[in-house]
Amino acid sequence: MSDFVSGFWNVYVVVIVLGSIFACALLLYMQGKAKFTPGKTMGHVWDETLEEYNNPMPKWWSWLFVITVIFGLVYLALYPGLGSFKGLLGWSAVGQYKIERERMDATVKPLYDKYSAMDLQAIAGDKQAMEMGKRLYLTYCMQCHGADARGAKGFPNLTDSDWQFGGEPAQIEQTIADGRMGVMPPHAQLGADTIKDLANYVRSLSGLPNDSVRAAKGKEAFASVGCSGCHGPDAKGMHALGAPNLTDKVWLYGSSENTIIETITNGRQNKMPAWKEFLGDSKVHLLAAYVLSLSQGAK
Amino acid sequence: MIKHEQIEKSVGLLIVLTLLTVIWGGLLEIVPLFFQKSTTTPVEGLKPYDAVRLAGRDIYVREGCFLCHSQMIRPFRAETERYGHYSVAGEYVYDHPFQWGSKRTGPDLHRVGGRYSDEWQRAHLMNPRDVVPESNMPAFAFLANTKAKDSVGADIEKKMEVMRGYANVRGIPTYSDEEIKGAKAAIGEMTEMDVLIAYLQGMGTALKTAKQ
Repeated sequence: MSDFVSGFWNVYVVVIVLGSIFACALLLYMQGKAKFTPGKTMGHVWDETLEEYNNPMPKWWSWLFVITVIFGLVYLALYPGLGSFKGLLGWSAVGQYKIERERMDATVKPLYDKYSAMDLQAIAGDKQAMEMGKRLYLTYCMQCHGADARGAKGFPNLTDSDWQFGGEPAQIEQTIADGRMGVMPPHAQLGADTIKDLANYVRSLSGLPNDSVRAAKGKEAFASVGCSGCHGPDAKGMHALGAPNLTDKVWLYGSSENTIIETITNGRQNKMPAWKEFLGDSKVHLLAAYVLSLSQGAK
Repeated sequence: MIKHEQIEKSVGLLIVLTLLTVIWGGLLEIVPLFFQKSTTTPVEGLKPYDAVRLAGRDIYVREGCFLCHSQMIRPFRAETERYGHYSVAGEYVYDHPFQWGSKRTGPDLHRVGGRYSDEWQRAHLMNPRDVVPESNMPAFAFLANTKAKDSVGADIEKKMEVMRGYANVRGIPTYSDEEIKGAKAAIGEMTEMDVLIAYLQGMGTALKTAKQ
């Protein structure tokens, strides 16, 4: 309230606030002086039978008003409200927020510090750390990777032992901290026929039903049109580029022929957001350990 | 001095005095807000919604997103841990009207910008349960069927001029003539879903999301 564009507004607020409180007090005082005629009606009748007495207000009610006036004045003395006056207590919403944070940090910071000093493998075996990790996961990660961490179409399953960008502890931590860009470029220029060959070849790699003639042609195309540049000549993928292993049974977007054709034709891209700035290093560290533990449970 | 009985018997006087009573609080609680720096100056780095995001914002309003999502992170630890830095008044200076909302059936969206990938937003709008099985949000797949230029983008230049009018009253940075002229071209062939995602991805990004 202290940042009015001119001093006028400070005066404006103070005058109206104090004026209103004074007017209320005056009204109360006048009520005390008013003449009443207990037991007698005002002498007019509405709607055939509606009459009105001229009794004083109940005492407890008047006192409530008096208390309100006193409360208002005390409040304005203690808390911000009267123009630019900050109040004797110096309270502010942001100040209260800081106190709340500091109080909580005093409790949780030693815990985070303890885990920050441990390596991921050790944290993954710590029961309390994993409970904390699960809470963090359910707050920040489940929207994409699912409450059960099994992912969704386009969003990796974290409970298996397949890793798009590498499953070493340091790689997992980097993935969470800095995010990742997964880009499969579109290949519509290859023509529908070649793409269908490739799709059959890719299906053959993981033992899915396929047209063997097309798969054989697809195998040649795989090497000649550049698929192996990212997925590797053996199609086992490349962690540095986030190119998935095509020989396992893990499918990020689906394994049907049509889905694979769609993937090759239009490409795919998705992004893992970077969390370092938002969460800070210690939470990223704990989360990485939790994710590591999820995949170890799968083995 | 007016007597009780006179007020009761004269409807005109009763209306005038009732109105005066009702607006009295507003004189204090509303009017001074127009004359405070923290409520009228944009936070550093905040820019007016560009044509695409302005159109996306209209989808947000049209579909009533504000009925289930707030855009107001309160200064409580529980909220800033989940959503990021609490909201400040200077972040809303280009919002006409505000989309603060009043109820969270879904999460707050004030800092949703950059939180998820564009692909997540798309998959989630097409059918929220594809990515979050527990979600009770309705699907908005139909937004992908209409081009923004045929609906919210049809009169985008006019909308930007109105927004410019508001900004000029406050004396804060606003659109140039070129930006308004290029609005249609900026929206191009984008669908309603595309512009909505552009709006969502820009939300709350002016303030750093880091703690403190």
